[in-house]
Amino acid sequence: MSDLLKLSLDEITTKLKAKEISATEVAKEALSACQAAQSALNAFTAFDEDKTLAMAAASDEKLAKGEGSLIEGAPIAIKDLFAVEGVSTTASSHILDGFKPTYESSVSAKLWDNGGVFLCKTSMDEFAMGSSNETAFTGPVNNPWKGANGEMLTPGGSSGGSAAAVAADLCYGATGTDTGGSIRQPAAFTGTVGVKATYGRTSRWGTIAFASSLDHPGPFAKTVKDSAILLQAMSGHDPKDSTSLPQDVPDFVAAVGQSVKGLKIGVPKEYRVDGMPAEIEEAWQKGIDWLKAAGCEIVDITLPHTKYALPAYYIVAPAEASSNLARYDGMRYGLREDGEDLTAVYENTRAAGFGHEVQRRIMIGTYVLSAGYYDAYYLRAQKVRTRILQDFDQAFEKVDAILTPSAPSAAFALGSKSDDPIAMYLNDVFTVTANLAGVPAMSVPAGLDKDGLPLGLQIITRALDEETMFKVGAAVEDAAGFTAKPQKWW
Amino acid sequence: MSVTADDVRRIARLARIAEPEDRLDTLTGELNGILDWIEMLNEVDVEGVEAMTTPVKFPLPQRVDEVTDGDCRDKVLANAPKSDEGFFVVPKSVE
Repeated sequence: MSDLLKLSLDEITTKLKAKEISATEVAKEALSACQAAQSALNAFTAFDEDKTLAMAAASDEKLAKGEGSLIEGAPIAIKDLFAVEGVSTTASSHILDGFKPTYESSVSAKLWDNGGVFLCKTSMDEFAMGSSNETAFTGPVNNPWKGANGEMLTPGGSSGGSAAAVAADLCYGATGTDTGGSIRQPAAFTGTVGVKATYGRTSRWGTIAFASSLDHPGPFAKTVKDSAILLQAMSGHDPKDSTSLPQDVPDFVAAVGQSVKGLKIGVPKEYRVDGMPAEIEEAWQKGIDWLKAAGCEIVDITLPHTKYALPAYYIVAPAEASSNLARYDGMRYGLREDGEDLTAVYENTRAAGFGHEVQRRIMIGTYVLSAGYYDAYYLRAQKVRTRILQDFDQAFEKVDAILTPSAPSAAFALGSKSDDPIAMYLNDVFTVTANLAGVPAMSVPAGLDKDGLPLGLQIITRALDEETMFKVGAAVEDAAGFTAKPQKWW
Repeated sequence: MSVTADDVRRIARLARIAEPEDRLDTLTGELNGILDWIEMLNEVDVEGVEAMTTPVKFPLPQRVDEVTDGDCRDKVLANAPKSDEGFFVVPKSVE
């Protein structure tokens, strides 16, 4: 790996604009680094070299004329949930084998409009259902960070491939989607920055749906500033998504580096959960101290319904998923398995095409929506969701931002939780509340644990106030001075 | 509330997933584990609370009712497992 790929997005775009290097050179470098790492990390699901090089050449033309856009010429990795025209898009599921969209997702289209160069598709938990990338049809992704005894660890999930690619310096940024923590938890596990904006800030059009009222596309980046640049490049109203917010996009990048003096930072007592490693608690305390030193006022707050967020999520998300995934019937795209009649074709296709976790969630969703159970489960969960939103509304009357750990542990060994669905679900205990409420949240690397593994801190702010989130995120980043990188073994 | 293997067979049928008989017991156990855990929600006072269907707090714009897309039959068919003469070919469903 050359030093070129170690640069941040901000640094490489500066070099490209100064014509110190060409987009084609950068693209070739990134392609060969990704391909060389694939057998070790298993982070990628598709490449299209011709497309990458054609887009890089187009960027070079623009750069030569001094017309480069925000991220002109920077290779970006795309989670396999986003439709990229003409490139295999499978949500890491067998049921979408061979699917090549004839259209482009709005988020990736915006990235390309802003000069981004398509680099590759990244692996993920099947249909974004998982917290370890182990449910991908193409097998788990290996975290570039190894355990203390050299064991393979999960990069987190569901956006594990994107997190691994950014952590291993194989690209300058990547897209992810966050339905219950699928950007922030892998970001914490890989020492990268991961952002989920306000619900509706980034369009869901052309992103394969999991749970529509909870799905948030967003970026993975090496630095807070890079994450602001990428979010800037992918945000904005999209008439094709009826839930896309008709709001102007603020200057996120300008917020990075602004003073946090006088900001009130909430510390919710409910986020001190049983069995949380002391090191997470310590990292959190350090974060509190850093922000205090930067002039913030620390306020103890309560989010009393926090412990009900995950069970509510595991009704709402599977219910929406069972409806969204009804479209995979083997008729119009993807896998089709034979059967003696039409129903048997549906049933055999879906049995062969979906993995166990996806089947489990479709079944839970089907059950909670079925006659006689709707009120007891689905309706109640939606009311609990309102309670969680009210918790945040009340907290944000007193504070400007909330600081919590991003995940209840550091990256864990592959296979260590795959037999226990609920143990796996508990990974999202700190992140899922922001999805239910639709408020912006990000994970910033805060330090290393005793095994040398990264830990992340989460910053949550009011709806539409990503600017405060970026301010506080940058202050944490600054104070943490996190420069650790996994030792290259791939 | 808990489910039986019969319930799971019925749910699988509703979801159009062919679950082999030998997986029903495992699935029943897994689903009951999740449903037991979810029971916790009964502790929450939701009296008079409105159900939340979306985090969007703004009135969403309606677009003009006009055709903005279409005339792309070949693109629509491009990923079909089976197509012929501009149509999807599906298993016989009407006798």
